Amino acid sequence: MTNAIFTGLMLGGMYALIAMGLTLQYGVARIMNLSYGEFLVAAAFASYWLFTGWALNPLLALAFVIPAGFGGSLILYRILLTPLVRRARTRDTLEVDSILATFGMMFIVQGIMLSMFGGAYFSYSFLAIPVSLFGEILALNRLIAFGLAVAVGLALYLALTHTRLGTSIRAVAVDPMAAQLVAIDVVRTSAFAFALGGALVAAAGVLISMFLTFSASSGVIFTMKALIVVVMGGVGNLLGCLVAGLALGLSESLVATFVDPGLTLAVNFALFLGVLLVKPAGLFGRAQR
Amino acid sequence: MNRMRLAAALAGCAGLAVLALLPMYADAYYLALAIGLLQFTVLATAWGLFSGPTRYVSLATTAFFGVGAYTVAVLGELLPWPLVLLIATAIGALMAVIVGLSTLRLSGLHFVIFTFGLAELIRQLVIWYEVNKTRVLGRYVFVDITQKDIYWQLLVLAVAVFVIGWLIARSRLGFALRIIGEDETVAKHCGINVTIAKVTLFAISAVFMTLVGAIMAPRWTYIEPSIAFNATISFEVVIMALLGGAHRLWGPALGAIPLTLLFEFLAARFPTASTLIMGVIFLLIVYALPAGVVGLWDNFRRQWRPQRVEQGAGA
Repeated sequence: MTNAIFTGLMLGGMYALIAMGLTLQYGVARIMNLSYGEFLVAAAFASYWLFTGWALNPLLALAFVIPAGFGGSLILYRILLTPLVRRARTRDTLEVDSILATFGMMFIVQGIMLSMFGGAYFSYSFLAIPVSLFGEILALNRLIAFGLAVAVGLALYLALTHTRLGTSIRAVAVDPMAAQLVAIDVVRTSAFAFALGGALVAAAGVLISMFLTFSASSGVIFTMKALIVVVMGGVGNLLGCLVAGLALGLSESLVATFVDPGLTLAVNFALFLGVLLVKPAGLFGRAQR
Repeated sequence: MNRMRLAAALAGCAGLAVLALLPMYADAYYLALAIGLLQFTVLATAWGLFSGPTRYVSLATTAFFGVGAYTVAVLGELLPWPLVLLIATAIGALMAVIVGLSTLRLSGLHFVIFTFGLAELIRQLVIWYEVNKTRVLGRYVFVDITQKDIYWQLLVLAVAVFVIGWLIARSRLGFALRIIGEDETVAKHCGINVTIAKVTLFAISAVFMTLVGAIMAPRWTYIEPSIAFNATISFEVVIMALLGGAHRLWGPALGAIPLTLLFEFLAARFPTASTLIMGVIFLLIVYALPAGVVGLWDNFRRQWRPQRVEQGAGA
């Protein structure tokens, strides 16, 4: 039982970490990024390549991969997504357009990775040392990833609530029109939030690659989990992200331990639908007028 | 105008007759190609039936397709063929009603996410069931159905989807759905039961997808969950319908035909790069042709019409 809870918490922390970037991209920049998981896997491959080719510690690789994720996402937003933002008349049309555009991007990134690495599964062994904690045996790399995820989440939360830029990001998330009235450059703030989300997903990809097997086509699953967590927690809400991620992780590991490992996805969806039918805006979301 | 319509109807009947006689002359390769074309025409048109007017982007095509294929895999040898198809229809409709009732009341975005995962969910449930209850993963489909039979059945289905689509567009349901697509709040104020209208249409569209899956199943002879619930089908159908333009009945078919041929070509020539090329095509359509081929045609007609009126006034 304790083992199941521990595994669930770890898994949930990972889901929360994965979803944080998406909640920024969707909540602030209004881009429903369906290629999100592909970028996560791309970061995992970058970490794999740096580790096997250059013997670079994945924790140091973060220093390269995170800026790359930030820059890459910024360029992507500027070149591909800004035309859609300009073209969209309402928020709904932007949502549909961004879904379709990022859908195409998903295939492109996946296609590039398939041609570079093939369809095989990859993993590398880094700090796979058993550690005993509260009488349970856990792998050190998972613990480190969990700790870093918590640190990143905390740093992001503080940055959003205690800095000027963070406050303007939250203002755009609440109401882009009103944000303009208090002299916030909505276009630049959105681009920044999207790029920040890209940096977060890059970090998540590196951390996950330390203990999880991945392949060029496994991005879809990550996208799906991140979407479920973001919508369940309430779009643009970091605390909601954390709670929803933990709930998802815990329910998954409990079902896998006590019922059947083959039914985890069914539980995900049951939880997702259950929450949305009771609270359509998500656990911590405000109802839209 | 009436004479024009009669001519169009006659041409349609003649075309249909030619299509119906095709298996007599075509060799195996072209017959297979024609089956692929019909398959995607029906799938894309059925997708457009629901997603066109309501503007809900559904990624659940492969879920229904796979359920149809699995129905045949399980029941194909036990029951006569028409009964199997009837059961597939019922299962597809039931599933669509359940999914629709639980998700169509949510916003369009939540619907996308849910349908995104639906095929994966059903696949996982089927695997779980097969591993735990029947203890075999994968089934053989031995039914006495030839390629020609598949072709004719798909042709009938294609005619049916166009006729039903045409009838819906002229019914109260079609009118209600167009209002919902424009503005759901207005539709509610007009006294339209929004949920029932959406669920009904979703079920009709899903039945066609399920039937395509059931009809196509004998082609494989061996079925396992990863074959029947192949997510690529959902994606391809969306691309096709978008290229053609989903807001017209005959739009998706215009996208399905060139893209099926293109994917066929790509799979033969560049099997490794097909995912990449599919993505590029998708982006091109979204950026360059947001209203699809049909949108281009409408624009063209709008520019051409006034000139004709002027000529008429001069004469």
